[in-house]
Amino acid sequence: MTPPRSALNLAAAIRNGEASAVEVLDDYLAVIDADDGEIHAFNLVTRDAARAQATAIDQRVASGEDPGLLAGVPVALKDNLCTRGVPTTCSSRILDGWRPPYDATVVTRLREAGAVMVGKTNMDEFAMGSSTESSAFGPTRNPHDTSRVPGGSSGGSAAAVAAGFAPVALGSDTGGSIRQPAALCGVVGMKPTYGTVSRYGLVAFASSLDQIGPLTTTVADAALVFDVIGGHDPADSTSLDRPAPRVLSVLDEGIQGMTVGVLTEFLEDADADVVARTRQAAEACVAAGARVEEISVPEVRLGLSAYYLIAPAEASSNLARYDGVRFGLRVDAEDTTAMNTATRSVGFGAEVKRRIMLGTYALSAGYMDAYYGQALRVRTKIIEGFARAYRRCDVLLGPTTPSTAFSIGAKVGDPMTMYLSDVCTIPTNLAGHPAISIPFGSGDDGLPVGVQLLAPALAENTLLRAAAVIEAAAASMGGSRS
Amino acid sequence: MVDTPRLTREDVAHVAGLARLHLSDEELDLFTGQLAVVLDHAADVALLDLADVPPTAHAMAVTNVLRPDTPGLTVDRAEVLAAAPSVEDHRFRVPRILGEAP
Repeated sequence: MTPPRSALNLAAAIRNGEASAVEVLDDYLAVIDADDGEIHAFNLVTRDAARAQATAIDQRVASGEDPGLLAGVPVALKDNLCTRGVPTTCSSRILDGWRPPYDATVVTRLREAGAVMVGKTNMDEFAMGSSTESSAFGPTRNPHDTSRVPGGSSGGSAAAVAAGFAPVALGSDTGGSIRQPAALCGVVGMKPTYGTVSRYGLVAFASSLDQIGPLTTTVADAALVFDVIGGHDPADSTSLDRPAPRVLSVLDEGIQGMTVGVLTEFLEDADADVVARTRQAAEACVAAGARVEEISVPEVRLGLSAYYLIAPAEASSNLARYDGVRFGLRVDAEDTTAMNTATRSVGFGAEVKRRIMLGTYALSAGYMDAYYGQALRVRTKIIEGFARAYRRCDVLLGPTTPSTAFSIGAKVGDPMTMYLSDVCTIPTNLAGHPAISIPFGSGDDGLPVGVQLLAPALAENTLLRAAAVIEAAAASMGGSRS
Repeated sequence: MVDTPRLTREDVAHVAGLARLHLSDEELDLFTGQLAVVLDHAADVALLDLADVPPTAHAMAVTNVLRPDTPGLTVDRAEVLAAAPSVEDHRFRVPRILGEAP
């Protein structure tokens, strides 16, 4: 693995002519060529389009035009983000070969900021999974130990950043799908407040929970990318009509006088080595002048159950569109109903089928109030629990995942055990709040540990200031265990 | 607050039909066991007394978002149709939908 270069530094060097976007791109493509055969972070590398974009950036710099905040920065896109004319598969056979007729808003904004799109990353099929093993195209491997999973569902994006294939990747986070793989691969992963980043062109999984965010090597890069992709979009009716975020400029303001709450429920769910790293991160907050206290939000214990009713219920509705009529796979049959059924039965993998059936069941006559209705009431309780905590605390701290990266194959046969990988990330999605995973040393097995910060809705400024403090503390530990 | 019975193989077959999925016998056996475990875990939610708690379907509530209905460029029809499995006269073509002859 090559030492990471930050997007901020790359863009600065390209903007002032010290580096060429084409040369930077070629450096990253060389790493991809050397290592992605083993890692399998990408479903597709868009080499020629990337070189054309990089060439255009170099021309803009040469002619004195402003090439944008992300000038020449290679970016990898999760393969559920629509790219016009470029295959977008969601790592599913049912969309194999589909070329969207439009770009996602985040793709448009990245391009306008000068970013160079290098390819589409592997993921759990339709973002349903925690290990990238439910991809129809085979698993991605963790660059820190190729016998381990990279996490999921944005496992390809996390592995791409960790392996030095791109300094920035975008992922989507419905129940932890940015933060959990970021933690397992030792990179930064941020889920913004619901509604701050447009979902236009993000293939829908669970629409009330899905949110796009960055995976990067530094907190500052996450802030930079959020500033570029965030802000109101009339094309997404759930996009919040607010000014675009400006978080990069506040990063170094510190956390003097803030109160950091260590979330006891998350500690109880985590392995001892992960708990030890979390407590070290809390000590770093004290050293930076914050008050740290333990806080209990018992409602988060109900998050997993509520999530595995709400998300499948929404998915069962969203995935009804894959019927063999308008795009993607069709398996012919004698009439349309039989064609729909044959197409879906061949096109979807086992995890997607499980979630569709779970959601259909949770919404079916006689069970809807007991399952889906109750889950929506639990969602209210979780929001109330967080609100209580945020009356005392500015941010909450806990582990991102209960353990470090597990072995490929270890949890595939046991969906419930797989679902428990997301126990610390799911409550944030149900509440719509922002959260970030920051690499913080390693576990007893030498693999990366991520600690997670949570903040109230729209408090990305506070979140990222605290994240910068924890990142600095991790750097001063030298990434070692103690 | 309803006591929820354990999921049966027949339930899964019924739900698969609703979701337009055909499952093999092996899949039915596998999924019945796996989904029952998930629903057992969800029973802690189903059994809570939350009658007084309002539901939240959307964490960052936004009310109806309207815009002027003005004509403008949208996605290209030819590009959309090019992505379809079967097309005839600018329309999506499907097999017969009712019992009549094609």
